[in-house]
Amino acid sequence: MSVPLSLTVNGKAVTADVDPRTLLVEFIRNNLALTGTHVGCDTGQCGACTILIDGNAVKACTILAAQANGSKVTTIEGLATDGAMHPMQAAFKECHGLQCGFCTPGMVMSAIDLVQRHPSADENAIREGLEGNLCRCTGYQNIVKAVQQGAAAMRR
Amino acid sequence: MSDLNTIGQSIRRKEDVRFLTGAGQYTDDVNPPHHTHAFFLRSPHAHAKIRKIDASKAKSAPGVVAIYTGDDLTGVNGLPCGWLITGTDGQPMKEPPHPVLAQGKVRYVGDPVAVVIAETPEQAKDAAELVNVDYDVLPAVVNTVDALKSGAPQIHDGAPGNKCYTWALGDKAAVDAAFAKAAHVTKLDIVNNRLIPNAIEPRAAVATYARADDSYTLYVTSQNPHVERLLMTAFVLGLPETKVRVIAPDVGGGFGSKIYLYPEETAMVWASKRVNRPIKWTAERSESFLADAHGRDHVTRAELALDKDGKFLAMRVHTTAAMGAYLSTFASCIPTILYATLLAGQYTTPVIYCEVTAAFTNTAPVDAYRGAGRPEATFVVERLVHAAAAEMGIAQDEIRRRNFIRSFPYQTPVALLYDTGGYDACLDEAMKIADVKGFPARKAEAAKRGKLRGLGYSSYIEACGIAPSNIAGALGARAGLYEAGEVRVNPTGGVTVFTGSHSHGQGHETTFAQVVSSRLGIPIENVEIVHGDTGRIPFGMGTYGSRSLAVGGTAIMKALDKIVTKGKKIAAHLLEAAEADIEFKDGKFTVAGTDRSKAFGEVALAAYVPHNYPLDKLEPGLDETAFYDPTNFTFPAGTHICEVEVDPDTGQVKIASFSACDDFGNIINPMIVEGQVHGGLAQGIGQALLECCVYDKESGQLLTGSYMDYALPRADDLPSFKVATKVTPCTHNPLGAKGCGEAGAIGAPAALMNAVHDALSTVGVKSIDMPATPHRIWSAIQAVKH
Repeated sequence: MSVPLSLTVNGKAVTADVDPRTLLVEFIRNNLALTGTHVGCDTGQCGACTILIDGNAVKACTILAAQANGSKVTTIEGLATDGAMHPMQAAFKECHGLQCGFCTPGMVMSAIDLVQRHPSADENAIREGLEGNLCRCTGYQNIVKAVQQGAAAMRR
Repeated sequence: MSDLNTIGQSIRRKEDVRFLTGAGQYTDDVNPPHHTHAFFLRSPHAHAKIRKIDASKAKSAPGVVAIYTGDDLTGVNGLPCGWLITGTDGQPMKEPPHPVLAQGKVRYVGDPVAVVIAETPEQAKDAAELVNVDYDVLPAVVNTVDALKSGAPQIHDGAPGNKCYTWALGDKAAVDAAFAKAAHVTKLDIVNNRLIPNAIEPRAAVATYARADDSYTLYVTSQNPHVERLLMTAFVLGLPETKVRVIAPDVGGGFGSKIYLYPEETAMVWASKRVNRPIKWTAERSESFLADAHGRDHVTRAELALDKDGKFLAMRVHTTAAMGAYLSTFASCIPTILYATLLAGQYTTPVIYCEVTAAFTNTAPVDAYRGAGRPEATFVVERLVHAAAAEMGIAQDEIRRRNFIRSFPYQTPVALLYDTGGYDACLDEAMKIADVKGFPARKAEAAKRGKLRGLGYSSYIEACGIAPSNIAGALGARAGLYEAGEVRVNPTGGVTVFTGSHSHGQGHETTFAQVVSSRLGIPIENVEIVHGDTGRIPFGMGTYGSRSLAVGGTAIMKALDKIVTKGKKIAAHLLEAAEADIEFKDGKFTVAGTDRSKAFGEVALAAYVPHNYPLDKLEPGLDETAFYDPTNFTFPAGTHICEVEVDPDTGQVKIASFSACDDFGNIINPMIVEGQVHGGLAQGIGQALLECCVYDKESGQLLTGSYMDYALPRADDLPSFKVATKVTPCTHNPLGAKGCGEAGAIGAPAALMNAVHDALSTVGVKSIDMPATPHRIWSAIQAVKH
């Protein structure tokens, strides 16, 4: 059995027939070969698979591909425009907000969502806002710095 | 100084663009055509005999390609342990077999019993449910101390009483004599809580067999692919190394847990030839909790003898350390060679005796986790120092200053020779950035709000870049501890560096490129660092123990020296000068005292297009390899100071500030070093406040098997850290580097727990174990009250 799927991923129309139990993150990684979205825990606790659906951050392991039907999905591969990194990506590089890079795509997506909702979030609000994304490398300090810098750049 | 000398500059990382744009290539991103999927059926019991395995129904399930159990793995040896510890009885440690798949018995929840290989992950998992394993469940023992008690369930036939070894270091008689005449003795019982490493990338592997040349390629989440290949081929599978290529591509964090040779990838390499198709496996997080090697798990009785002025006279330590169900790759050396040797800390304690008993338990194997033995040692030393100062009424900084080592080189009573250090400078700076002077006022202000403030110090030392090979060999190491590096200058002057170190977050592609660019005087963009592939890199021992720059970086430096030496010969020919007159500086070979020179690129081109070249005396090409075996460990050290505020009504600990001043020797990239410190501190604070691996005492089930039960630090659990560095360059490597990867995890737990004990001292609470959870603290306060 399969279900038809039609959605936009990183600005491109995508249609597919998928097994109804396919998770969105599996669809993105396996069917679309967009491997920048990572799976860190399978259980919605680490946030490495965070993507944007219609602009809102969603953990792609907690949603079926079929549930994303008709929506606009943005993954980490879709953030840069004309080869220039999104201000949040650039801020993560500038502030050393990543080490091994595994949690990074989800972290950047959550950060963008956070800043869209709270453009002037202070350190505490950023720390609370990123509570759903685990990083084992950075101790979060430079991630917080990056989000502040990315937020300032997004305001410009 | 040339603009191309970037040593000491916070160059932004070269590797970041691929990670930030989703272009990283991790093992789970590797999808060879026509690949199959493996699922490992694991033991649901902590201890059981396997009466029978019936896989007949599973073998005919949809999509199943093959199913293998321990009985099928004929000719496959057990997984080896890389360090032989000899006990106080003169006998070698007990090394019971560690089968790749269980044979006759399972010994921990998660022990792999069978591998199911199918067309899809779902089919493999579904089929695994159809494998019928008839278990005869046995009593289990998961507690480290209980395992050694008489009557405890016996885990291995070859390890009576579950004892792996009892080992000791130091002069027991001298220590006992010193204790007999001490003015004061401080005694502590310490539990160093068991941790689960939790790199955010789960372990994964992709094994491919090629019939064409009877060879294997393994992509694996490894910190040291050459070691993985050596152990797997030579010790377990009996394959020639020439036929196995191990690639550790981008790896999403390791922290020790990806050093080891694990059963899963070993079984997959073996099976890939049998099924003649690529096999892929990625651990689910629950498998990571169950079956990654865990860390710490010590139970210790520690004593410090002091004279009336607070001068340390002797230290006596008895530790029981868990090995888990089997000996993991480096398990045996962690609570011995990397632990007891660090008990001098930064102090002149003249005599020290440490006795360690290692026990098998029905738990996941225990091995190195960030710090590996040194956090445990630091915790013992710094908790003792804190308690002694508190008991004797000496200020915490003062008792440390009265005992600091100030003359180098310094031979400790526990085998190490510290080459250099400056402990006062780090203590002074840490106190400054922590604003220790303002603490009494902050404490008084907190008291007005009903809160308890405490200040805790941790003046840690670590031994990094474990070395040299011959001494390690005499102590039981079954491997060398050198590193290899190859510098390949391409004809047009770009440089490719092949390093045996492996980066899984450390930023080597940038730091190493800075070293090469600065030495050769070429732009950093012209330097490419290659790591993690036995097919491309001459050899390597990989990345662990904060060794990459001090050991791997030095191997590269030695190869660079050879490049420059050969370059001088080529330049001398081109410039028609004597080789002795050629100087190399800022990317130019110059005849001393003249303006006649050849650029590095010109010399490189001449080496590969040798038309005007001394072919009778010199080979063409410019490609040099070096191996470097250090003459000593390096000794990073520093002082961490933590200030906490405890709410006595809830038991909640709030970190008011955390300050660290570290001496890592010379620093290539301060931004990266600071990031390493932050990450280490987060893990150290995690151990002290949040993280604890718990097994159910009766059933042996892992109770902390998900992020709902195992409290990994999240962004809002941590403060922003205040960090600083002081420099005493390492005296025995050309970079003067000591290593920075583990310092945070080593220093932080004692600083935080000392602060908690300082805060609670005002209400009479004497002892809190890690993690200092609200429940533990609240209960301790209630116990004192009632």
